[in-house]
Amino acid sequence: MIDAQAVDMARLQFAATAFFHFIFVPLTLGLVWILVIMEAVYVMTGKTIYKDMTKFWGKLFGINFALGVTTGITMEFQFGTNWAYYAHYVGDIFGAPLAIEGLLAFFLESTMFGLFFFGWTRLSKVQHLAVTGFLALATNLSALLILIANGWMQDPVGSHFNPITMRMELDSFSAIVFNPTAQNKFVHMLSAGYVTGAMFVLAISSYYMLKNKHIAFAKRSFRIAAAFGLASSLSVIVLGDESGYTVNEAQQSKMAAIEAMWETQPAPAGLALIAFPNEAEQKNDFEIEIPYLMGIIGTRSFDTPIMGIKDIRAANRIRVENGVKAVIALEAMRKNPNDMQAKVIFSQNEKDMGYGLLVKRYASDLKQATPAMLDQAAHDTVPKVAPMFWSFRIMVFLGFSFLAIFLTAFWLSAKNRMTNHRGFLKLCLLWLPMPWIAIMVGWFVAEYGRQPWTVFGVLPTYLSASNNSVGTVLATLVGFVVFYTGLLIVEMYLMVKYARLGPSVLTDSVH
Amino acid sequence: MFDYYTLKLIWWLLIGILLIGFAIMDGHDMGVGTLLPFIGKNDLERRAIINTIAPHWDGNQVWFITAGGAIFAAWPFVYSIAFSGLYWAMLLLLVALFFRPVGFEYRSKLSGHRWRSNWDALICFGSVVPSVLFGVAFGNLFLGLPFYLDDTMRSFYTGSFFELLHPFALLCGLISLSLLTLQGATFLTHRTSGEIQHRAKISSRLFGMVLLVCFSLAGIWVSKMNGLIITQTGDLNGSLNPLMKTVSQLSGAWLGNFKNHPMAWLLPIGVYVMVFSTLILQAMNKTLFAFVTSSISVACMILTAGVALFPFVLPSSTHPDMSLTLWDASSSKYTLNVMFWCALIFVPIIITYTSWAYRVMRGKVTVEYVQANDKSLY
Repeated sequence: MIDAQAVDMARLQFAATAFFHFIFVPLTLGLVWILVIMEAVYVMTGKTIYKDMTKFWGKLFGINFALGVTTGITMEFQFGTNWAYYAHYVGDIFGAPLAIEGLLAFFLESTMFGLFFFGWTRLSKVQHLAVTGFLALATNLSALLILIANGWMQDPVGSHFNPITMRMELDSFSAIVFNPTAQNKFVHMLSAGYVTGAMFVLAISSYYMLKNKHIAFAKRSFRIAAAFGLASSLSVIVLGDESGYTVNEAQQSKMAAIEAMWETQPAPAGLALIAFPNEAEQKNDFEIEIPYLMGIIGTRSFDTPIMGIKDIRAANRIRVENGVKAVIALEAMRKNPNDMQAKVIFSQNEKDMGYGLLVKRYASDLKQATPAMLDQAAHDTVPKVAPMFWSFRIMVFLGFSFLAIFLTAFWLSAKNRMTNHRGFLKLCLLWLPMPWIAIMVGWFVAEYGRQPWTVFGVLPTYLSASNNSVGTVLATLVGFVVFYTGLLIVEMYLMVKYARLGPSVLTDSVH
Repeated sequence: MFDYYTLKLIWWLLIGILLIGFAIMDGHDMGVGTLLPFIGKNDLERRAIINTIAPHWDGNQVWFITAGGAIFAAWPFVYSIAFSGLYWAMLLLLVALFFRPVGFEYRSKLSGHRWRSNWDALICFGSVVPSVLFGVAFGNLFLGLPFYLDDTMRSFYTGSFFELLHPFALLCGLISLSLLTLQGATFLTHRTSGEIQHRAKISSRLFGMVLLVCFSLAGIWVSKMNGLIITQTGDLNGSLNPLMKTVSQLSGAWLGNFKNHPMAWLLPIGVYVMVFSTLILQAMNKTLFAFVTSSISVACMILTAGVALFPFVLPSSTHPDMSLTLWDASSSKYTLNVMFWCALIFVPIIITYTSWAYRVMRGKVTVEYVQANDKSLY
């Protein structure tokens, strides 16, 4: 029997380590292109200030990158240590993009990382720029492959269940690569990383201007960040909208929870701007709604209804029942491979098998499952509404705030008046952590919103975990938190120290 | 293009190649890390040592990560059982690996003596522990791990961390530590000069000798220990699971493949020949060739272990019938095929740009070079 508390602990551990990993990843994704832009300007104009800018922001990039690598290894390990049944059940599919990430992207990224720092005097200008370019390309490809893996968990296309090996197996590699969910998540995530990199450079450049230090350096950096950030924040919003559309296609339960839509509304549905969801009574205690908007965003049409939570649960109740039949038939087939009746029942209900597995949380032997257990399993298919509703709105609000900030920064850069607006510079500095917050709540919406599944509709989270005791997983969770906090303190200390010193770290003595 | 049977065999070889790549590339970084506090007598010397691998450690570490990813993709069962079963060993390995990227990157960012010597100790820890665990893991494959599977293929591991520290496994840990440290020492001999180089040469001799003695002992031990033989199984060209075979235990069975295919003896013999060649070439100051022969000895070592275990990849000590073999723990034919083409295309490309990176950064790293490039080096 699986220990439900240990599963929750493993989820918490994954969330904690993934969030921690994601402190570093988005900055890497965005900052690296800013390095490319700066170095390209250097190569084209020959002005050394741009070379210094590349080197200086590169130093901060390196401090950040080291922890990105360190915390990334944990993620790879965890699929095996804490999620062993998951690793077995979907490794045939999920493992492929992870391995290809190594072969195609991570090798290139890591090799170029070394040359970026140590190759300045050994490579020609153009060669070095190419190294930086490959570094940027590879970090982005790396994100692509990871998002393909994650996209498959959200929307498991191109695969089937094999009753002999008792796992999911791959049918079409191109289907998982061109999975629309994966593609949309990738570009949305990538733009979010670009926003983070741009905000980072914008905020630190603002700090120099506020302190009246390194003005020429800071102004140039500010300009590049403003332009890059403007394009990125526009794209993060547009692609976020596209992502919303595919969510409704693939995961109606997630969409309904985000919108706190308990009832199916006549098309086109309204968008709840503010609501206080009441989980127990399955209604909103208070709601301000913009008519029609949700239907248009979610379905790109005026006449397709969006399913409400109650209807989703009712439809899933039937799938749970079919799924239970499939699981029981599969057990019979495994005992007696010639049981023709079981084979027929299995093939009829195979597509709902995952829903049957949800009941295993309540009854390890599904023949003993009661209707109340089936009801509960169907109820579980929609995540808690309030956390989804609010985290989504925080993300969207922050998304638009970035657009406003970069628009202003771009306008001030164009007029060359950024040093006159100290209030705005202070706002930029204050807004430094916001892209991270937006990304964290965004991932929360994506991952918490997928519950109760690790692989949507296929494998319940509850069954995915290893057979670890609560004590073991709790101990390692505490260990990670303590250890990571220590590393973060060291990293922040170095980051702040080097950021404060500014471009002088390249020439003057730091010691 | 290939049938399932061939693809399973190819992937056994490819995982081997990735592990060899890891042991040669990340291995020499780890060897350098292990030797760092002992060979570098002061801060400048230590910086010189670290800067021999500074441009490359990150890329080299990806061999480890990719080997892990490839095992996930090609042998999901092995990944699942090894990582969850060896829970605390994996956590220890992970913690050790943490210290390397941050150690290299942060060590020289501040100038305090304690700051730097602490990082040196952590880099050493982060190099010694994975080197030892690598061998301990292989040792435990020969001994078998206590796990079984239920009807839904969920795995249950019944051992503990301390049970992994069987004397034979520790001996294997010492083998891999000396193997990788020799690899690191050989690399340092090539890329440093003067005092540091001299000390690296002495280390090569020391670890080379320890390696050969331990390797011989382990060989004798393996010839006496119980190995596994498949007695009955389904169609190797088809979809199988680990519950579909019977296995028997037999003393000395791990040498069966060598007895049936005497050519395979070239692999363990290769270890001896290559280690001796390394030491001789070093004495003749042919440091680059010494690194090549040392790398070949690494390959021979891993292949020796792999061939001995073949076709087993994760034997069970408590339920031998449920041991994982490459026949019944592999991914589907389709996945193996896709991944084969990916590996065929990308591994040569990786080797090409890695070689280019080494070429760009070639030459001796001296104390004077570190002083002259104080700001831009680690």
